[in-house]
Amino acid sequence: MTDTTRAPEAAGEAAEHPAPPDTVRPPSQERASLGKDAWLELRARPTVWAAVVTLFLMTAMALAPGILTSLLTEGGDHCDLADSKLGPSAGHPFGFDLQGCDYLAQVIRGTRPSLIAGLAVTAASLLIAVVLGLLCGFYGGWLDALVSRVTDVFFGLPFVLGATVILVAFPDHGLGAMILVLTVLGWTTMTRIMRSQVIALADADYVRAARMLGARPARLMVRHILPNAITPVIVVAMLNVGAVISGEATLDFLGVGLQYPEVSWGLQLNAAQAFVLDHPHLLFFPALFLSATVLSFILLGDAARDAFDPRLK
Amino acid sequence: MWRFVARRLLHALPVLLGTTFLIYTLVFVLPGDPIQGLAGDKPVPPAVLAELRARYHLDDPLWIQYTHYLTGLLTGDLGTTFTGRRVSDLLADRWVVTLQLGLTAWVLEVILGMALGVWAGLRKGKWDDSVVLFGTTLVISVPVFVVGYMAQLVFGVQLGWLPVAGTEEGWPFAFLLPGLVLASFGLAYVARLTRSSLIENLRADYVRTAHSKGLSRRRVVVRHTLRNSLIPVVTFLGLELGGLMAGAIVTEYIFNLPGVGQQLFQSIQLREGPVVVGTTTALVLIFLLANLLVDLLYGLLDPRIRHD
Repeated sequence: MTDTTRAPEAAGEAAEHPAPPDTVRPPSQERASLGKDAWLELRARPTVWAAVVTLFLMTAMALAPGILTSLLTEGGDHCDLADSKLGPSAGHPFGFDLQGCDYLAQVIRGTRPSLIAGLAVTAASLLIAVVLGLLCGFYGGWLDALVSRVTDVFFGLPFVLGATVILVAFPDHGLGAMILVLTVLGWTTMTRIMRSQVIALADADYVRAARMLGARPARLMVRHILPNAITPVIVVAMLNVGAVISGEATLDFLGVGLQYPEVSWGLQLNAAQAFVLDHPHLLFFPALFLSATVLSFILLGDAARDAFDPRLK
Repeated sequence: MWRFVARRLLHALPVLLGTTFLIYTLVFVLPGDPIQGLAGDKPVPPAVLAELRARYHLDDPLWIQYTHYLTGLLTGDLGTTFTGRRVSDLLADRWVVTLQLGLTAWVLEVILGMALGVWAGLRKGKWDDSVVLFGTTLVISVPVFVVGYMAQLVFGVQLGWLPVAGTEEGWPFAFLLPGLVLASFGLAYVARLTRSSLIENLRADYVRTAHSKGLSRRRVVVRHTLRNSLIPVVTFLGLELGGLMAGAIVTEYIFNLPGVGQQLFQSIQLREGPVVVGTTTALVLIFLLANLLVDLLYGLLDPRIRHD
């Protein structure tokens, strides 16, 4: 911000913090903000705690797979083809994979791509959604019309189908390219929600008041509209992380996602498919970790929606 | 009404053009050699490369390339396989299977999903509501291919209730299990959507009015509340047609159903790019047309949308 914006900013500041009204409120009935209220409600739910603990474990596995594999397994780096597809045993609770590597170690190593893809795609989509949603909802006009049509077009491409058709044309892609493709296909829902939120708020009395006090568009959007518009988008973003992780695994499973010798849950499930009947542990463990991660994000998103939506109370 | 239809059609046209253009650009114009990509791991001789570049009009300007591609699509030309067969011929006799599977799944979603949702919504807070909520969350988080293998293992192999794979038993028996697997995600979603929408509407003023004028509970729920609660559900069920198309790839592969999805899966494994691109484009087009149809039906069902 340059110096020229100071004066209206100060005016806006004054509008935001008016002198406290003279109503006397007993201290016991102090009003909590929506955020504090939501936090109190979230804290009381066991499912939220379960989800947080699960995600904490998954994050640890994604950040430091080496430490965890050496802690939890004996000889986790060691693969012997003689052990191929052996089931769970005392020293190796998850058994062995096709190459005779300890499956627990392999499943731990498979955490990182899933988590990175889910978080990176969602963060990028969220950024696009917030910027486009704010600009389109606030200014309207030709920009809004153009972006809405483009959103329609991208919305017309189903997630897995669209990713399949693009990724197959580029066989040598890594995780980065997958994140890019999934973002390209995944930003539309959040953008639509953000836009409709901003449209509803841009006309609100408090925004008009701030505008009349001289707040400039950038300030109106960032300080006044954004904090009130973002909650539903954040909820959808949390649900979206789960959806992206699930989608990434599906693409790996289909053979258009990550390619060997990368290690990921989707690839492990892909390798397991031929041996499901005789060696179900190959399918079970990566599926368990994958589902637990997706479930955690969904539970968090659901809980956040309930906590932040006053209509559901 | 006709003005509404015309407006929807006009609205759909740029989306159709835009989506096909997007697929085309992303596959053929982005950096990287598309011909090499389509050919997979094998090196391409220069003569073949030149021939292929000419066939796909890759040396023309972008808009001419796209026009060629679009006219091809409009005349039903989805490209050719490496062995020279037309992709549309390859798929011709497979559509029936995919259609049977998709419709089975869709009907299961409508009936079971709505029934579960209404049941849970009417018994909000009771134990069976919690069971439905937890069960549907679980189903949503497990990827469809895991659900598929588990269902195959339990119902097909161990219990032996339904055929494990293949279409020998004919419709509907052979399609029940794959249909249920394909429907699982959407079914759970429909149940949750119906539940929350019903709960929200049950608190509305018009429901209280209906109760207070002495209508039976059944009549209030079925005639008044449910009708208004189903609008978001109908929207989802329309969009879901596209989700079923994508899900069919995995389900048809797992249950060995000779449909379009299975062809797509096999082509992906064989790295046969042209077939993958052609088939996927066809599926996306069907998805878009289904959406348009649902949009039109939706306007028919809800006058507020028609006159908007």
